[in-house]
Amino acid sequence: MVDQHIKLPEGSIEKTTTTLNLGPTHPATHGVFQNILELDGERIVSAEQTIGYIHRAFEKIAERRPLYQITPLTDRMNYCSAPINNMGWHLTCEKLLGVKIPKRVDYLRIIIMELARIADHLICNSIVGVDAGAYTGFLYLMQYRELIYEIWEEICGSRLTTNIGRIGGFERNFNDIAFQKLEKFLKEYPKVLKEFENLFQRNRIFMDRTMGTGAISAERAVNYGFTGPNLRAAGVDYDVRVHTPYSSYEDFQFNVPVGTTGDNYDRWLVREQEMWQSLSIIEQAYHKVQEFKGTEAEIYHADVPEYYLPSKEDVYTKMEALIWHFKIIMGEIDMPVGEVYQSVEGGNGELGFYFISDGGRTPYRLHFRRPCFIYYQAFEELVKGGMLSDAIITMSSLNLIAGEMDS
Amino acid sequence: MLTNQRIQQRIKEKFADQVSKFEEPYGMLTFEAPKDLNLKVLNFLYDDEELKFRFLTTLCAVHYPDNKGRELAIVYHLHNLVDNVRIRFKIYTDINQPDIYTATGLFSAANWLERETYDFYGVNFIGHPNLKRILNVDEMDYFPMRKEYPLEDQTRTDKDDEMFGR
Amino acid sequence: MARPVSYNLIEKPLEPDISLAEMPEGHQGEGFFATTLNKVIGLARKNSIWPLPFATSCCGIEFMATMASHYDLARFGSERVGFSPRQCDLLMVMGTIAKKMGPVVKQVYLQMAEPRWVLAMGACASSGGIFDTYSVLQGIDQIIPVDVYIPGCPPRPEAVIDGVIRIQDLVGKESLRRRNGEQYKALLESYGIQ
Repeated sequence: MVDQHIKLPEGSIEKTTTTLNLGPTHPATHGVFQNILELDGERIVSAEQTIGYIHRAFEKIAERRPLYQITPLTDRMNYCSAPINNMGWHLTCEKLLGVKIPKRVDYLRIIIMELARIADHLICNSIVGVDAGAYTGFLYLMQYRELIYEIWEEICGSRLTTNIGRIGGFERNFNDIAFQKLEKFLKEYPKVLKEFENLFQRNRIFMDRTMGTGAISAERAVNYGFTGPNLRAAGVDYDVRVHTPYSSYEDFQFNVPVGTTGDNYDRWLVREQEMWQSLSIIEQAYHKVQEFKGTEAEIYHADVPEYYLPSKEDVYTKMEALIWHFKIIMGEIDMPVGEVYQSVEGGNGELGFYFISDGGRTPYRLHFRRPCFIYYQAFEELVKGGMLSDAIITMSSLNLIAGEMDS
Repeated sequence: MLTNQRIQQRIKEKFADQVSKFEEPYGMLTFEAPKDLNLKVLNFLYDDEELKFRFLTTLCAVHYPDNKGRELAIVYHLHNLVDNVRIRFKIYTDINQPDIYTATGLFSAANWLERETYDFYGVNFIGHPNLKRILNVDEMDYFPMRKEYPLEDQTRTDKDDEMFGR
Repeated sequence: MARPVSYNLIEKPLEPDISLAEMPEGHQGEGFFATTLNKVIGLARKNSIWPLPFATSCCGIEFMATMASHYDLARFGSERVGFSPRQCDLLMVMGTIAKKMGPVVKQVYLQMAEPRWVLAMGACASSGGIFDTYSVLQGIDQIIPVDVYIPGCPPRPEAVIDGVIRIQDLVGKESLRRRNGEQYKALLESYGIQ
């Protein structure tokens, strides 16, 4: 199966390498993937990866589900930032169906997506800390992930796998309590993030452990198909929000942090700076949403009765809403024939949806371009020649999420 | 500005009549090439100084059981990061002989993407360094994403078909 | 339409309600307390369970939220989560188990020492969840015996704590002879475990 013990050159202490199975169940692998490492003492000579331990056949399931039933599937891909996946799917459907979204809905979507990005980077950075041995940062920051969960819960009812939004907007308007919680988050989180930074950013031990390990050059990163913070840490500024803006991102002012060497420290720093940028985007979006007054402040979905599930009060009282509800759930809506590719900037990079429709109620083929799957191939190149403990930190700083890897 | 017309013109100049079916669904230029030319087209799109498609976004396969002789379509999505242009390129192959040249020499990202396509559809990539199953169990003897195979596990005895349906 | 929400917006004072474990029944006098061995061992075991979090997917993140400071699971004695099966009592399987992962779960279960309990958290571990596909094991009770199932997708941390409390009830009331008895042996035989 894998090359058994590689012969070491003359002059080494051992004759052959030892095999270490960094198995599917391991405290440092967040999620289930397996690395079979060949070690020469502590140095890694080769690494072979096995994935598929949580293969749930999303692409096959998606061929049997109408559009609204695919949203819960997309949640469970990158489950640390589920709203971004949901919004990406809704954007794909809207591109195929030709739905125009009002500005207020775009701004609300941006608030949700940036909160999800903060939630994802927060976990990744604090878990890098846990793997390096510093548990406090994780506990301190998880408290704010709870506050983000509460904001999502006000809007869609669920904490982690949110299934948020509909084709055309949201299922309900953001109420006052959601905005109050958002204000509380915007007020308190910067102080906490600053304190978290002080713990790690110029910490001698952390810098020694992460600088210089797991480095990759920009050309190799582009060849490997890296996207997201991992690519930006290597020096290439490719951000889907800037290159192909979706959901009115072009109305916002934000910087894209770019690193230089692509090692673990740069990845940590890029994610940290992205959290600051996301906070600034949320503040701008919040002010823009407050500027809508009167009837415009009540818009939370586009006026597309063919695709937008009507609210239950309307279904029980109005005739048209009842008919549309029936048609949408039964799948009697006319779907255009065609193929569309839409991508969003997920927590890990470009999350793409390639949707081929043949006019039926379910997609003919739906392919997810999952960033984790694509950049995990480079793991061997990142850790070869390094020490075992650096491999652990590299694995967690790449933000590998098993649900996204195995679809 | 690199426009879709210019890209179409350049590709037609180089490959004349071998490429066909130029379309632009939702703004992305899509074309088809015969399967033996896939590496030549990819190399041309990569090396050409004006086109510069150096980023492989994704690669997947689609099964059309009704097109006899052209059942499996392999779709490459490429991206020019500098000029921000995307392109889609398809090749079709017969399901009884699905041999395609591998793109791993050009894009390292294609390694696992091709293994996934092999795992799901049975496409044999010639020259791939390590073509074996990646997501499913190694002992599986069929290619699950093909249209003729069902989604659910057929050996399950406790699910009532009248209530749940398949 | 907005329901009244009180936590995290209004500062509430910490009420002095610290609950302690109840004393089992027995005879006591000056300097001694006599009860049955069963109850004492049950009390000691149930308040110091060492869990093995077998986190595969989304439920793992909810477990991380349960272990974190907001819904602290360490209050119930599970401060030390171990990752070595030889040292743990409770196998918490969280997340979807694919058929590729099944042998790994069974191996981990076999490595645990008696007495051991299994908690299936989430819909996927209980019954396959929303994934009725060819590659997902439809519930871990196809391969190992399970004591408590926590439904939900993912279950709220309060539900996880409820599940752990039920495990604690099971542990506290368990007879010391159960693991050597005929019924338990028959249960393991039905799973093919010696």
